Amino acid sequence: MKTGDFSFSGLGHSYLPDKWIFRNYQSQVSRGQILALLGPNGCGKTTLLKILLGALAQTEGSVSVNGHVAFVPQLFQVAFDYSALDMVLMGRAKKVGLFSQPTSADEEMALKALERVGLASLANRPFHEMSGGQRQLVIFARALVAEADILILDEPTSALDLKNQNAILEWIDRLARRENLTVIFSTHHPHHAYAVADQALLMLGGSDYAAGQVDEVLIESNLFRLYNLPLKKVSFEFEEQAIETLVPVFRPKEDHRMA
Amino acid sequence: MIELTKNQSSPVTSLLAFVKKRLATARDFFRRHEWAMPLLLAISLAGTVVGSLLIGAYPMSFWRAGEITVNLGLPWALPSESSWSLMELAVIQMIRLPRVLLATLVGMALGMSGAALQGMMRNPLVGPDLVGVSSGAALGGVFAIMFYWSESATVALAFLGGLLALGGTYGLAHLARSFEGIGLILSGIFVGAFCISGVCFGLFLADDHQMSRIGHLVMGYLNEATPQTVWLLTVPTLVGGSILMLLRWRINLLSLGNADALSLGINVRLLRLTIIAVVSLIVAAQVSVSGLIGWVGLVVPHCARMLVGPDHRKLLPASALLGGMFVLLIDDFTRVVLRTDVGTGTLTTLIGTPFICFLFWKKKTKGWIND
Repeated sequence: MKTGDFSFSGLGHSYLPDKWIFRNYQSQVSRGQILALLGPNGCGKTTLLKILLGALAQTEGSVSVNGHVAFVPQLFQVAFDYSALDMVLMGRAKKVGLFSQPTSADEEMALKALERVGLASLANRPFHEMSGGQRQLVIFARALVAEADILILDEPTSALDLKNQNAILEWIDRLARRENLTVIFSTHHPHHAYAVADQALLMLGGSDYAAGQVDEVLIESNLFRLYNLPLKKVSFEFEEQAIETLVPVFRPKEDHRMA
Repeated sequence: MIELTKNQSSPVTSLLAFVKKRLATARDFFRRHEWAMPLLLAISLAGTVVGSLLIGAYPMSFWRAGEITVNLGLPWALPSESSWSLMELAVIQMIRLPRVLLATLVGMALGMSGAALQGMMRNPLVGPDLVGVSSGAALGGVFAIMFYWSESATVALAFLGGLLALGGTYGLAHLARSFEGIGLILSGIFVGAFCISGVCFGLFLADDHQMSRIGHLVMGYLNEATPQTVWLLTVPTLVGGSILMLLRWRINLLSLGNADALSLGINVRLLRLTIIAVVSLIVAAQVSVSGLIGWVGLVVPHCARMLVGPDHRKLLPASALLGGMFVLLIDDFTRVVLRTDVGTGTLTTLIGTPFICFLFWKKKTKGWIND
């Protein structure tokens, strides 16, 4: 198993006896690949991510992680008004001794990481005052200084506008392809998974799941089972590029439902 | 007819604008020179300590007190023949010096303990008072008083009480699955109320002597300061304070929350337990020598945060220095202006609560409750 490889097998978790949130999950991700987790609200995506992160003990099964994991939580709120630079600097936690303070070299690294995500000019801005997209980029910069091998993101595009969603997806892609990081992210948007992920895991409830390559898993029948809503795969050409994506078919108007 | 336009400004608004501009310039200066604010605080605290030695109820000229103080600190700096009486020397050396040092140490201990607790529990609304550690330590102290145990046993029992109370608060919040939010505050209130009821029960059972000692414990007195009580607090504050200072950047990491701190690769549980044990030790030692000095650990970190920002690398030293200054000034006010033993703890609470109410009004609890 190489550094950055990630796998789990027979994985299951229940908060109450015999009430399995998920069970017998199995997947394997190699370094530099992107895995997307999809499922309806309350299906246990965050629970699964916490287990993969080591913050929660699984009820059964095994998780094998080879490398240092960095995490980007879903709703990133900080209790104190740290600056963007302070936030990024915290990524050096594993490299700074227990009773030591970060050195100027660590600060330099943090500043460079902010530069790489295009936020160097906002280094001293309080994290609270940044937009949702900027905050996510700061946390990405933190993952860069942590020199992590695996990055776990919990719904990284939730609460972001379309422009920022695109920026985050570009960064996920860049971190995997250029930085060779293994990325695992949960999402409510199948088209996001379709756009960037190599593999997908659909959490269908209990021991029912679908995992594998995106092309094989993100198919209309699986997605209908997942969301109880039709999703159509559409193909078209955009700027001389063949685009394939998934479009949910929302039909809220009463006359459609009657028909 | 004269019409007031937006451009016309009164002398008051011009003055306000001038003050604002100067404050902004000062803020910029301190932002650019990170060492400047801690240095300023350290110099101010040293100045307050020296100044406090010069004033008191005993009729002695300012200059005479100054001479004795300089002689205490720099014995070679003055001519060998002394111009002061033994009584005057005793007042400075045996009464003022221990009290001033004790007040400073109490404030420093509470200031940094409060900042560490707020960071660790990622809630600026907690303090040793609000999470039950002070009340637990007081209950431990009352136990020792009821059985006429020695001062070191009082410190040991106060430590045990503080540790148990903080552990109880932590555990209760954990059971309620609201460790980082309002659940923690409520748990602290429950545990604190339980401990205070124990203190009241002790008062009910106490004889006159015990009642007086328990009263001192509850109201927070510094008037019984002796070199021994100073040493009793110096050792835990120095040892515990050094550990907190070494871990101060790690408190930044803990303040991000459990999952995020874990993902940064730190041993969250061990770090939290270490900080809980250290804070309990410091606060217990403080309560056993000076009683409950309320709200310092809650109020001072808020003020320090306004001066140096939220980074615990700067916040912990600033809270210690500011805490020392705060308690010392209030104790000076008690002994020099009021000239009565109203209880320094009573005054710190009297000043601290309106200040927190003011912040509550201004901030609308923004960032205070993380549920």
